[in-house]
Amino acid sequence: MTDDTARTGRAAVLDRWRRSPMLLRHLAAALAAFLGIVLLTSVTDPFTNLRIATIGYHLVAVAGLALLIGVSGQISLGHGAFMFIGAYTMALLVIHVPGSPLWANLLLAIAASCAAGVAVGAATARLHGPYLAGATLILAVGLPAVALRYPEALGGSNGLTFSVAGTPPALSDTVPDPRWQSWVVWLAVLLALVVVANVSRGRLGRRLRAVRDDEAAAALSGLRPGRLRTVAFVISAGCGGLAGALQAYLLGTATPSSFGLALSLSLLAAVVLGGLGSLWGALWGALALVYVEVWGHDAAEALGLSDHVANNLPIALFGAALIAIVLLWPSGVQGGLARLGAAVRTRRIGPGGRPD
Amino acid sequence: MSAPAPAPPALEVHDLVSAYGAVRAVDGVSLTVPAGSITAVLGANGAGKTTLLRTVSGAKAAQSGRVLADGVELTRLPADRVVRHGVAHVPEGGGVITQLTVEENLRLGGLWRADRADRVRAREEMYQLFPVLAERRRQPAGALSGGERQMLAIGRALMARPRVLLLDEPSLGLAPMVTRRLLRLLRELRDGTGLTVVLVEQNARGALSVADHGFVLSLGRVAASGDADRLLADDRTRHAYLGF
Amino acid sequence: MEQLAELVLNGVSSGAVYAALALSLMIIYQATRVVNFAQPGLALIAAYTAFSVTRATGSYWLGFVLALVVGGALGVLAERLLIRPVQRRSELSAIIVTLGLLMLLQGVAGMVWSNEPHSFPYPLDFRGRFSATDAFAVAAVGVTALGLLLLFRYTPLGLRMRAAAFRPEVARMVGVRVGLMLTVGWGIASVIGALAGMLAVPPFIFPNVLDGVFVYGITAAVIGGLDNPFGAVLGGFTLGIGLSLVSGYLGPELVTLAALVIVVVVLSLRPDGLFTRPRARQV
Ligand SMILES: Nc1ncnc2c1ncn2[C@@H]1O[C@H](COP(=O)(O)OP(=O)(O)OP(=O)(O)O)[C@@H](O)[C@H]1O
Ligand SMILES: [Mg+2]
Repeated sequence: MTDDTARTGRAAVLDRWRRSPMLLRHLAAALAAFLGIVLLTSVTDPFTNLRIATIGYHLVAVAGLALLIGVSGQISLGHGAFMFIGAYTMALLVIHVPGSPLWANLLLAIAASCAAGVAVGAATARLHGPYLAGATLILAVGLPAVALRYPEALGGSNGLTFSVAGTPPALSDTVPDPRWQSWVVWLAVLLALVVVANVSRGRLGRRLRAVRDDEAAAALSGLRPGRLRTVAFVISAGCGGLAGALQAYLLGTATPSSFGLALSLSLLAAVVLGGLGSLWGALWGALALVYVEVWGHDAAEALGLSDHVANNLPIALFGAALIAIVLLWPSGVQGGLARLGAAVRTRRIGPGGRPD
Repeated sequence: MSAPAPAPPALEVHDLVSAYGAVRAVDGVSLTVPAGSITAVLGANGAGKTTLLRTVSGAKAAQSGRVLADGVELTRLPADRVVRHGVAHVPEGGGVITQLTVEENLRLGGLWRADRADRVRAREEMYQLFPVLAERRRQPAGALSGGERQMLAIGRALMARPRVLLLDEPSLGLAPMVTRRLLRLLRELRDGTGLTVVLVEQNARGALSVADHGFVLSLGRVAASGDADRLLADDRTRHAYLGF
Repeated sequence: MEQLAELVLNGVSSGAVYAALALSLMIIYQATRVVNFAQPGLALIAAYTAFSVTRATGSYWLGFVLALVVGGALGVLAERLLIRPVQRRSELSAIIVTLGLLMLLQGVAGMVWSNEPHSFPYPLDFRGRFSATDAFAVAAVGVTALGLLLLFRYTPLGLRMRAAAFRPEVARMVGVRVGLMLTVGWGIASVIGALAGMLAVPPFIFPNVLDGVFVYGITAAVIGGLDNPFGAVLGGFTLGIGLSLVSGYLGPELVTLAALVIVVVVLSLRPDGLFTRPRARQV
């Protein structure tokens, strides 16, 4: 087979892939990713399994925020608040409705945070830029304090602790709990990402971008900017809620201090780090969230630095990275990779080749 | 003004290029403005007149070329330095700051000058020149009419006691009578103080009637130039570029 | 009645701090159209400086003065090094840069001074209803507001700064060094922010100590109108009293949410803030 026929063969496959319905395409990709996760968790130890699961729920949180910021052009400094709602919904359900299955709990957690998203999104739909940032900042700081207000129901500053079901009995001999948990997490995450991807690349995404780029023009062409913005807000809130619920499921606790301003800012940092409005970017961001923390601690330990350096290194690094990226590399990691990819491709195809 | 023979022109522009991205709005313009003259810069919409003035005054960076005032190189200077070299710019629309009062706008024009007493004197002169402004000195400039704003803008530029005044369409939106008054005023200023005026105008006939020289821009280049009466008399230029 | 008076008085003194922060945010917003989310970070480093100086020398007031100096210097540096390069980019870029700076400064503060709370002195006697410290806070903020008013209304520097804020390009044409004015604005604002920090920090200092206060500062600025110095001060005191009442009658944990409700309600009724005359938006 000559090089040429190989290329046309591949092109034909690619072409069919591109023309198949978007939802199918995304589902197929999600399935492939899930199989990859199953493989990966099968060859790694329980500790790493849990870390993979951790990356999963961070990913969905970052992806939701990336959709909000990148596609709809709204900034939220309060994404952690929706994780708070998801986590506490999960915890309350496990504690008070023991019979409720996990999938129902997750759906209810998503529903609860979506409902909050509707309220906040509708209230802030007219705000822009700094005003929106300010309002959501208040949300990030204010909502976790609710847990302190109602210590009997929400456990005060200690939060809620509960035990979650592990591997179902039928599989419990072959699949250890952490592995099963990471599968559950990733299944939920990938399904949510399919939704996000479909929104982002579909008609709704185009409309959101239209509103983001020129609100007046979009309104003139019949779109309803306020409504669309609220929809984006709700989707991103749902992602946040799912992430919070999955976190609670993994850890078996929900405490107010883990949903403070630092979390919301770190999520924002992850979005910017990865590159606005891209799912791959969200993955790089989520990886950074998990690994900067880990490596920060390891590095501080290896260098014999004190605890308070170790504890604060990640946030300082994120801050520095945010600044550096905006100043030097505004399209984030994914943008950089995409440019790199494009450069390599044109070099391979030659200057006459069609640029992507 | 009895200029000694080798005195440099008040303003010289050599091969100036000024672009917005790929659009070369000023594409190799050269012109010389003798001290104490009124020079009209004419041309159709989009010919590059505003861009030329903005580039000369440093409000916009030049791609290449040179700008000199009284022989002093101004080419790479930002606008706040250019005005210190005696070249004041009244931008298109006047650029009156509507949130400030009339008096604050005026004061702003001379603020960079160290001579405090003369700043006060200049302000009083402006109030004499434009009595309407004196009446409304405490009001926000946003409350002025279009013509009053042009007067304020010119007054503010004159507060710098410039040697060269760049005026971008001062007649924009003014009644013909007010325009005529304004153009006459420029002439009086020139005669009284030796001010050099570069006047960008749509109203070519009016501008040429007070100007000594004229330049016609088309697509960013000088399409015609010469004495004002000659341009007025030259039917071809008039029909091709000036539209009357 | 007794309780009401008590709550109002408390509200006035915390309102002074919110007013100072709101003023600081407003000055920067006016000059550069950026909400300085790094403000609590800058003020934090200033306050930690005071903490170290006071601990080393035993003099509160030396620390106080140095805090204002350090705060101002950090503001100047931030404007020159970080804000100026992103000024012409999107609104989002500036927000993200200031947030990054906030994270960086809080992280650095934690690394240097640890996350443990250290006790931090009050400027004056702080016991009793409307103590000397409370009076000092209100007076300091009052003097600051008055000083700003005089600066902006009656001095050439203030006129230049306003011109640079309203119409930078025109200001440049009449000889105003716009970049310098923006830097000066950031410097002044950051000095005021540091003052607010010094008033807000006691009794303990730790890296997140100013988060809550900053949130109220933003709230005050937003309800007062980010464009309006009177609004900022009024907004600060109104919010201080309002939140003090919420805290006294409904519980301190709900204060932040009350702030959120206030912001949302105010902004949906008056997008330009409570104390600005509604006017046509400039495009
Ligand atoms: N800010 C800008 N960005 C991009 N292009 C511009 C900009 N300003 C002007 N142009 C373009 O540069 C060219 C010259 O514009 P300029 O404003 O200098 O013309 P003008 O002669 O002053 O026109 P008018 O008589 O309408 O004022 C035009 O083609 C215009 O579209
Ligand atoms: Mg023009």
